[in-house]
Parts: sequence; structure tokens; C-alpha cells
Amino acid sequence: MAELLLEGIKKSYGSVAVLHGIDLDIKSGEFIVFVGPSGCGKSTLLRLIAGLEDITGGRLSIDGKLVNKVAPSERGIAMVFQSYALYPHMTVYENMAFGMKLGKAGKAEIDRRVREAAEILQITPYLERLPKQLSGGQRQRVAIGRAIVRDPKVFLFDEPLSNLDAALRVATRIEIAKLHERMSDVTMIYVTHDQVEAMTLADRIVVLNAGRVEQVGSPMELYHNPANLFVARFIGSPSMNTVPMKVETGGASPRVTPRNCKTVEVDAVIPEAAAGAEGTFGVRPENLHVVGTDEPPGSVPVFEGRVDIVEALGEVTLVYVDVGHEEPIVAKIDSDLSVKKGDRVTLASRPDNFHVFDAKGLAFPRRSAAG
Amino acid sequence: MAIIKKALFYLLVLVIVVVSVFPFYYAIITSLKTGTALFRVDFWPTQISFDNYTSVLTSRNFPRNVLNSLFVSASVVILALLFAVTAAFALSRVRFRGRSLLLLTVLAVSMFPQIAVLAGLFELVRGMGLYNTPFALIFSYTIFTLPFTVWVLTTFMRDLPVEIEEAAIVDGATPWVIITKVFMPLMWPALVTTGLLAFIAAWNEFLFALTFTSSEVQRTVPVAIGLLSGASQYEIPWGVLMAASVIVTVPLVVLVLIFQRKIVAGLTAGGVKG
Ligand SMILES: Nc1ncnc2c1ncn2[C@@H]1O[C@H](COP(=O)(O)OP(=O)(O)O)[C@@H](O)[C@H]1O
Ligand SMILES: [Mg+2]
Repeated sequence: MAELLLEGIKKSYGSVAVLHGIDLDIKSGEFIVFVGPSGCGKSTLLRLIAGLEDITGGRLSIDGKLVNKVAPSERGIAMVFQSYALYPHMTVYENMAFGMKLGKAGKAEIDRRVREAAEILQITPYLERLPKQLSGGQRQRVAIGRAIVRDPKVFLFDEPLSNLDAALRVATRIEIAKLHERMSDVTMIYVTHDQVEAMTLADRIVVLNAGRVEQVGSPMELYHNPANLFVARFIGSPSMNTVPMKVETGGASPRVTPRNCKTVEVDAVIPEAAAGAEGTFGVRPENLHVVGTDEPPGSVPVFEGRVDIVEALGEVTLVYVDVGHEEPIVAKIDSDLSVKKGDRVTLASRPDNFHVFDAKGLAFPRRSAAG
Repeated sequence: MAIIKKALFYLLVLVIVVVSVFPFYYAIITSLKTGTALFRVDFWPTQISFDNYTSVLTSRNFPRNVLNSLFVSASVVILALLFAVTAAFALSRVRFRGRSLLLLTVLAVSMFPQIAVLAGLFELVRGMGLYNTPFALIFSYTIFTLPFTVWVLTTFMRDLPVEIEEAAIVDGATPWVIITKVFMPLMWPALVTTGLLAFIAAWNEFLFALTFTSSEVQRTVPVAIGLLSGASQYEIPWGVLMAASVIVTVPLVVLVLIFQRKIVAGLTAGGVKG
């Protein structure tokens, strides 16, 4: 049970500003994921919340209480580190009990809580082992167990899965999702640069870029209605295709012309005055179809060009089409379709899949979303 | 080819062993001789007599000198490690202005030769009323040992993962708890090594020990041995001298043997990634 309120949080190291004023309202029991490219300040923001770094400016409150100057151990938080950060000379049991021992809890109480947490994470058989006698996945469980024993109000994770191999990562991800269900009143904040983790775990995703919040929203909101070019390109894999465009008309029936392409109608609110302005046009690879194969009804042709590269991934095939821009247009198509290198193809998509951004990179809102 | 290489390698090892062990071996042989046999050059023990040992151990002040040495050296080790561990924590973990300058200054201090500071230190010792007490030696040895100890422990502590410390902070550990419960157990190899070196340096030190003590009962072993005299001014009691030397080397050998296991075990345990 903990609400967090971040108001204008700033952080500088000397003269280097890392975070430029973060505002965020996190509800009790929410699973929040900070995502963004490496070096954007995700870890720094998490460490500010944990109290491991001093806040340069702004206010951080937990449950309405200002905690800018409160010691980490008194904030009601627990943290799981990327490198596990277990105490190498202590057994699993001692690792998990250490915090409670320092808190002068009774032996019986400590024992009960450690065993309970070990049971949840299925590490009971390893309680007497040293960390070096455990595999990476087991160590990560112990690190999570140590956090559970602290009975925190806020659970902080800093890229907890990045040291695990692919299979284990998926398994542990599901484990963490279950943990959130079980501890439904505990607020969780999770840092990652992996958008799959972000999309699958989060109630709400916070996209950070260069120390600023780009957008906050549910995973599907970010996917369908990115607020700007950065979020549009960051969420989704492969990235959204973006090309420069010119606005033909705004108002009731807005039309744009992506460079080297046909003029298309778009489902966006573009002011009349914007006619003639430059902007950016975007469409996701999975929304593009090769004309003459399986395009859904209502599709309109957008791009035309020669196939450069065909990547068959098994379930889907990625087709890179050169339409006369620096970067090819990527289409994610059904792997049954036979498209060969050198083919001339036309790519089409439904107009409600088009994203349009103004010259500053801000999205024109959708008409359907605007009501 | 391989055989020649191997042979040369072992020959080299043999040379090194002989050069480093022979002086001590010769001291042991000599300490077992008496009378004129002392002045013959023998490479094997020709007679075995413990007269020299009994005469050293029953002499009026030698046992007392050994105790002095033990007390001084042990105190130096404890003090130096206590100060060095806490200083290393600050120097490796706390960010403050002028940290690297301070670290360099610490190193620079250790470059002064003993003789250069002898006079100043003498005044200091006298001023504090420590002259002719073991505390004069503890004080001066600690000063000379600390720079090295601080440096070694600082570099060692710097390599300990920051995240382990942060995990302890989140668990509610104070800096003192972090040092004693989290860092020290991980630093055994460094603590044992620097502690051992500090002990050996204090145990063998001569110049300060000679200058800061005046009475025979306050002397440490190296000075006592140096000032051992025979029946007359012109006679050097080689046998007794060698026996005394062997006796004072034994504690060092024992210490190294005790901690050798710990050093090796510690070194491998330190390689574990959190
Ligand atoms: N202790 C520090 N001193 C100076 N700069 C730092 C420090 N810690 C982080 N930074 C800088 O802050 C920025 C954000 O770092 P971080 O929060 O770790 O990024 P990430 O989003 O990859 O977790 C980076 O540019 C990094 O260089
Ligand atoms: Mg990071």
C-alpha cells in the first residue's frame, strides 16, 4: 500500500544534468516499468526513489510523506539489483535474514518470514548454500527473496533479468508477474531496456529519453497512440517505419503525402492551418501488406519499390523494400507468402494504422481517440 | 628440448631456494655449535648442542625483550588495521573533494626515509612522554605502516562491488556494520597480507627501537640481539647470537604457516561474483 508522487525530480552529477524534472504519480499496487535507451537515466531515477542517491531538486513523496531526506531503509522499499548483489560470504538464509537481523527482529519471526519467502520462490532446498554454489537463476530468486523478506511497500527492480539467458529470462519474467499478482498491494517499479519485458509486465510504462519523460501510459496505449516520434519508434519491433511527409489538407478530411509516395487519407485531427506543413508519416511493419496477397479490406496502397532483403524468421517474414529513402521500409508479412529479392511490390495498409507527426515530432491526435 | 627446458627451470628454482634459504640454514647450524667449532666452516651440522639456546632463554632480559616485541608488533597490527580499514572505506567509497590528492599525500608520506624523520619523531615522542616505553614504538611503527596498509586496503575495497554495499544500505546497515559485517569478511586475504607485513616490519625494526628506548628491559628483540655482547668487548658471541636469531624467526614462520591457508582460501573466495 504505497503511492508515490514525483514532482519535478531533478538530478545532476556536478554540472552534468542527468534528470531534467520528472513528474509522475504512481498508484498503490501498480506495476510501473521505466523503459528507455541505455544511459537515459532509468537507473538513476530508480536509485533516487530508493534513496541511494541524493535528489538534486524536486519532491519525492511516499504515501503523502516527503521522503527526500529519509534513509533508504526507512522508506519501506526493497531493491533487486542487476548483479544480484548477494553477500558472498553468507548463506542464502543469512542473506535473506540480514535486513531483519539489523532491524532487531526476533529469531522466530525472522525464521518464519525467511522460510515463507523461500517457499514462494522454491529455494527452500538451497537455504544453507552459499551464493557461489547457486546458478544465475537461483541467485536471482534469492535476491528477490531477500527483498520479499523485508516486506516492502515498494519493490524496486533494476534490470533484474539482464544477466540471465533467454529461456530463464522468460521463465523469471512470468515468475515476477505472478509475484505481482500475489503481492497485489505492493507497488512495483521495474527498470528495463527490453520492451518485451515492459509490454508484458507493466500496468503502465514510463518511456524515458535523455532524462525526460516522453510518455506515460498502458502498453497498448503506447503501442497504438504514441505521443511522439520517439515513443513510436521505441515501442514495437522492428521499429515503426517513418518517412518525411507533407500535409496536403487538414480539417474534415485530412490528407498527407509521404515523400516518394501516394497521397493518403489519415485518421488524425490536423488543423486546417497545418496544410502545406512538413511532418513525419509512420506505419508499423506488422500493419503493412503486400498488395495482391492478403491485404485486408479497406487497405490503401502507400509504398512502392523493389525488395532488397527478405528475412524469413519462421513465424513471419521481414521484407525490406527500397522506396527511395535512406532507410528501406520494413514489412512484417505472413511467412507463407512468396516474396523474393528483386520483386517489385506495393505495400498497403488500413488508414487507421497510419501515424502522423508534426514537424516537432509530436503526434497529431487520432480522430477516433478524440471522439 | 623440453627436457633441457625443464632441467634449466628446476636448476633456477634450486639456485633461488639455496640463495634465499642458505643464510637461515647456516644460522641454525651455527646456533647448534659451541666453542671453537664456531669458527670452522661446516655445511652440515657436526655437533648438536642446545647450550646457546639455554643461555639465551635464561639470560636476564631476553624473554622480556621477546614479550616487548610481541606486544609492540601485535598492537601495531591491530591499530594499523583498524585505522586503515576505516580510512580505506572513506577513501574508496565516500565521494569528497580532494580524495585523490589525499591518497597521493598518504603515499608521499611513506617515501620519507626513517632517518629523515627520526629527530622530529624523537621530539614528538619525548613531548608526549612516551620515551622509553613500548608506546613510543607502537606510535612510530603505526605511522610508518599506515600509508602502505591504507593503500592496499583502499585498492582492494574499491574493487568490491558497489551493489553489495547498496544492498546492505537498503537492508539498513550503517557504515560500521557494512565495514565489519559485509566488507571485512570479503577482505580476509588483504587483511591477512597487510597485517602480516605490518607485523614483520614491526618485529624486525631496529633504528626506532634503538633510539626510542634506553633501558634494557624496554628493548625489543632486534636491538637486544644487536647489543648482545660476549665476555669481552672484542669477542662476538656468534653462537648465542644465532640462537637468538633463530628463536625470533620462529614466530614469523608460525604466523605465515597459520595464515597461509587463509590467504589461499581467501584469494579464491574473493573471485566469486556476488
Ligand atoms: N555517479 C555518476 N557520476 C556521473 N554521471 C553518472 C553517474 N551515474 C550515472 N551517470 C550518468 O547518468 C546518465 C544516466 O545513467 P543511468 O541512470 O545509469 O542510465 P540507464 O538508463 O542506462 O540506467 C548516464 O549518462 C551516466 O553517464
Ligand atoms: Mg541502468
